[in-house]
Amino acid sequence: MQNRGLRSHVVVFLAPACVIYTLFLIYPLVASLGLSLMAETPEGGLTFVGLKNLTRLLTDTRWSSGFWNALGNNALFFAFHLLIQNPVGLLLASLLTSGQLRGRSAYRTVLFLPTMLSVVIVGFVWQLLLSPIWGVAEGFLNAIGQGDRFLPWLGLQQTALATLSLISVWQFYGIPMMLFYVALIGIPHELTESARVDGAGQWRVFWRIKFPLILPVLGVITVLTFVGNFNAFDLIYTTQGVLAGPDFSTDILGTYFFRTFFGHQLQLGNPTMGATVATMMFVIILSGVLIYMGTWRRRVQTYEL
Amino acid sequence: MNEAIVFRRIGAFLSHAVLSLSVVIAGFPIVVVLINSFKTRRAIFEAPLRFPRGDTLSVEGFQTVFQRSNFPGYYLNSVTVTIVAIGMVLLLGAMAAWALSEYRFRANRYLGLYLAIGIMIPIRIGTVAILRLMVALGLVNTLFALILVYTAQGLPLTIFIMQQFMSQVPRAMKDAGRIDGASEYRIFLLILPMVRPALATVAVFTMIPIWNDLWFPLILAPSEATKTVILGAQEFLGQFVSDWNSVLSSLSLAIVPVLVLYLLFSRQLVEGLTAGSLKQ
Repeated sequence: MQNRGLRSHVVVFLAPACVIYTLFLIYPLVASLGLSLMAETPEGGLTFVGLKNLTRLLTDTRWSSGFWNALGNNALFFAFHLLIQNPVGLLLASLLTSGQLRGRSAYRTVLFLPTMLSVVIVGFVWQLLLSPIWGVAEGFLNAIGQGDRFLPWLGLQQTALATLSLISVWQFYGIPMMLFYVALIGIPHELTESARVDGAGQWRVFWRIKFPLILPVLGVITVLTFVGNFNAFDLIYTTQGVLAGPDFSTDILGTYFFRTFFGHQLQLGNPTMGATVATMMFVIILSGVLIYMGTWRRRVQTYEL
Repeated sequence: MNEAIVFRRIGAFLSHAVLSLSVVIAGFPIVVVLINSFKTRRAIFEAPLRFPRGDTLSVEGFQTVFQRSNFPGYYLNSVTVTIVAIGMVLLLGAMAAWALSEYRFRANRYLGLYLAIGIMIPIRIGTVAILRLMVALGLVNTLFALILVYTAQGLPLTIFIMQQFMSQVPRAMKDAGRIDGASEYRIFLLILPMVRPALATVAVFTMIPIWNDLWFPLILAPSEATKTVILGAQEFLGQFVSDWNSVLSSLSLAIVPVLVLYLLFSRQLVEGLTAGSLKQ
């Protein structure tokens, strides 16, 4: 339309969404960034302290040891997802799209099921299954003759984070699976058929033709996983509690943020330091998104299909 | 030629083997919890993998859950919050998407970018300020606080997706209304049914994170009267850790509605996803 200027109906259509979005998403984001530059005075007011909170968070050992520990754990948590969840998703998607597979939609339905459940519920379900008291996991290992390998994985410092990462992978492999699935069925038959006529096998067709075509999806999945992982909280809080035990070995930025903001048994809550942790999370997530937009999206060719 | 057929058979067999194994891994934990929630305490521990039978069948867990906690109330809260928030996201999102895709005005592009920020930056980052804001507005421990936050959270992606669908509605349809002298509001209402499949897909993808969220119910509305199912289950599970019957029953209560809805709508969900991305 060639409407010039801002007509009243345009304002009516846009205003409600813009107001709610600005008030409850943009304003809180900006205000949280602002709060990270403040400190509470003993009288309960706020006073500007600049980057003091940030330097405290990054260098004062009372805060920084917790922060760097959470950041390192979070990076590991993400690495697990990247290295296991995405390949599993790709494998399942490529099997689901191969040839004339019988029962395709039944497989797809069940395989996507865990993704629909709440993280809280999934956390508890796995906590029960892995519990030495109930013994389902132990019984299973006994049945395959590996009973002596059983350990209370969620309770051990060396294994808790890896176990939680695997539980999270169990829940969320459905997302890469679906996105790869959709990308794979979008590839026109002529492209793969002509290669097959030329004598290329399934394996070759997959890696030489299909895989390059779905590379853009791999980028989207990676950035989605990154944002999701560096924003995670529910799973750790549910299974390990607010202290992210044992001995903070499963602490990630989400739980560290929560503890800093609200406090816990050992420490009082501190909203402005909480906002500072949130600011660091913002910086990390934003850098991830910008790196993706600047490199992957620019370099990987998107083919028009 | 024979060789090719043999290879294809082996390939198909391997595919089914891997997929079946994955199905077992995906379904096993859920099935174990569901069947054990209907068993006696003894049977839960003696034979966790057996289905409940005459003498091992028991619903004592469910009885405890309903006596000791207010699950029906939690359901009502979750349903209220989810439905109202989705309604607002769909209506306000569709309106904004319509304006952005249909009308040319100076700030159009910048507004589109501004509204897209929330797609990538999680709303949780702003929690400290959201809580302060809700305290100032007197909305702490109300369902309305959750509805507002979830609406803001759902809008960016909805607007982004709906914009693409709105712009695909044929020009002639829109202009036909204008020639007849219909107002712009009326034209919007005429176009809305044409993008119904897109609205349905967006509704499902908005619904899941709202229904499943723990963070905002925990922070903004933790009172007994405003607890959602997920928060209610989380706290109940924490208190009754050693009462295995109730723990398993409350997990089942949280799983079953989602399971039923999912099985009913899974086809539409996948088709919506497929159609949406093919049209990009």
